[in-house]
Amino acid sequence: MDLIALRGVTFGYDVAPVLMDIDLTLREGDFLAIIGPNGSGKTTLVKVALGLLKPAAGTVEIFGRPIGEFSDWGKIGYIPQKATHIDPFFPASAEEVVAMALLSSRKTGLASGREGRDRVLKALGEVGMAEYRKWPIGRLSGGQQQRVFIARALVTAPRVLVLDEPTTGVDGVTQTAFYDLLDRLNQREGLAIVLITHDIGIVNKHVTRVACLNQRLVYHGSHEEFCRSDVFRDMVSRGDHLVSHEH
Amino acid sequence: MDALLSYGFLQRAFLAGVFIAVACAVLGIFLILRKDAMIGHGLSHIAFAGVALGLFLNVLPLAAALVVAAAAAVAVMKLKDKAGLHGDTAIGIFSSLGLALGVLLASMARSFNVELMSYLFGDILAIEPVEVGLAVALAAAVLLAVGLNYAKLQFMTFDRESAKAAGVKVGRLDMLLMVLTAVTIVLGMKVAGILLVAGLVVIPAAAGLQVATSFRMAVRAATAVAVLSVAGGLALSLALNIPASAAIILICFSAFVALALAKGRKRGLRTGEK
Repeated sequence: MDLIALRGVTFGYDVAPVLMDIDLTLREGDFLAIIGPNGSGKTTLVKVALGLLKPAAGTVEIFGRPIGEFSDWGKIGYIPQKATHIDPFFPASAEEVVAMALLSSRKTGLASGREGRDRVLKALGEVGMAEYRKWPIGRLSGGQQQRVFIARALVTAPRVLVLDEPTTGVDGVTQTAFYDLLDRLNQREGLAIVLITHDIGIVNKHVTRVACLNQRLVYHGSHEEFCRSDVFRDMVSRGDHLVSHEH
Repeated sequence: MDALLSYGFLQRAFLAGVFIAVACAVLGIFLILRKDAMIGHGLSHIAFAGVALGLFLNVLPLAAALVVAAAAAVAVMKLKDKAGLHGDTAIGIFSSLGLALGVLLASMARSFNVELMSYLFGDILAIEPVEVGLAVALAAAVLLAVGLNYAKLQFMTFDRESAKAAGVKVGRLDMLLMVLTAVTIVLGMKVAGILLVAGLVVIPAAAGLQVATSFRMAVRAATAVAVLSVAGGLALSLALNIPASAAIILICFSAFVALALAKGRKRGLRTGEK
């Protein structure tokens, strides 16, 4: 069963088309990178897939169910673009940020008290942030905040993790640790990951499948085939706003 | 203080004042963090039209104000969504409309101007037992509704898009928050008056936010400021024979200044600045 399946999806803001006739699937264990130039519709695609935007045409299925009938959103963890661009004075500790998702989830909303605290602490521990649980979120570094947001996404025990350009503005060392964490979640925990990125180095090192977007899907397949494809060669030769990243 | 609290009118004022002020403070935390602090100000002006309408039609002014303010809160939300207006623009439109209608109704029936003044400036010491019951019940209902949706409101306030993706019905919660605010503002009119009630929503919450390192701490600190302000304001009002509404708001402001200074001092100590 596909975890997420888009078929013939078209979307536009007002009259301008942003996505045209997209067929895309996410399977168990995938580490899927969605790449493409600025304005190619990557973020819009993810928002349509998560039900945040309604497509003008086509269908979206999540865990085999039409998106309109799907309600178990705790199975999908989402970290939006600019997640770390938060109000630095927002009065929330790291554990409160994680607990928000746990207590808001329909299926896990009753996991309060000791059980809830244990789950929050476990999620923070998985990303190495347990000792910072009492810290105000605004006083953590960008990389630490990003880890707390991953803990928030993990606390409902999801099967899919969706990240939209998660390391923008984060230093190189922190980025390396961050992608190692994603690798571990994907390979050891079996979490399917969807990653929007501009970083072709990340694509080369970490992902298993690639979806290359420019309003239409110009490539969708395995990472190995992608590296041998004309699409990849063209992108590298043109630059196309992709950055090379040394690891 | 014990002797003071032996007076029935003071007990009623304290009980109603505390419940209403706490509801105002808790909602104020969410409103400030959503950058919707001025909604209290706008809805209080709209409630003025409701009070005037109630007096004009000879129905309970608080009930009329509740209906008008709740309807206006829904209209503000719809105007924001459907007409693509910024929140403060929609509030500005409806608050002006509310004041205009209130002034119009007041001028059409000059006989109720004295009673209208008590709503404009508040008259908590003259609160009737039936009004206390209504205020306590509605404020408790507001706090219960916030408590039941606490995590969702917190999530939506902190990161709206992630909350939406997690299945939180943010549109419904927006509406709930606005209606709860309208109810609380109308109740608060009795404590602080139409002209000062927004202060009960904004100032204790802003004071609590000065020292909070967690959301829970912000709610507790704002609640403490609200309770102390009502108690201190009532005591000050009796001791100095000054209006209770003004005394309560002035104590709220003093608490805000004290906590802001404490925060500045703490930050200075941390960074080594003087």
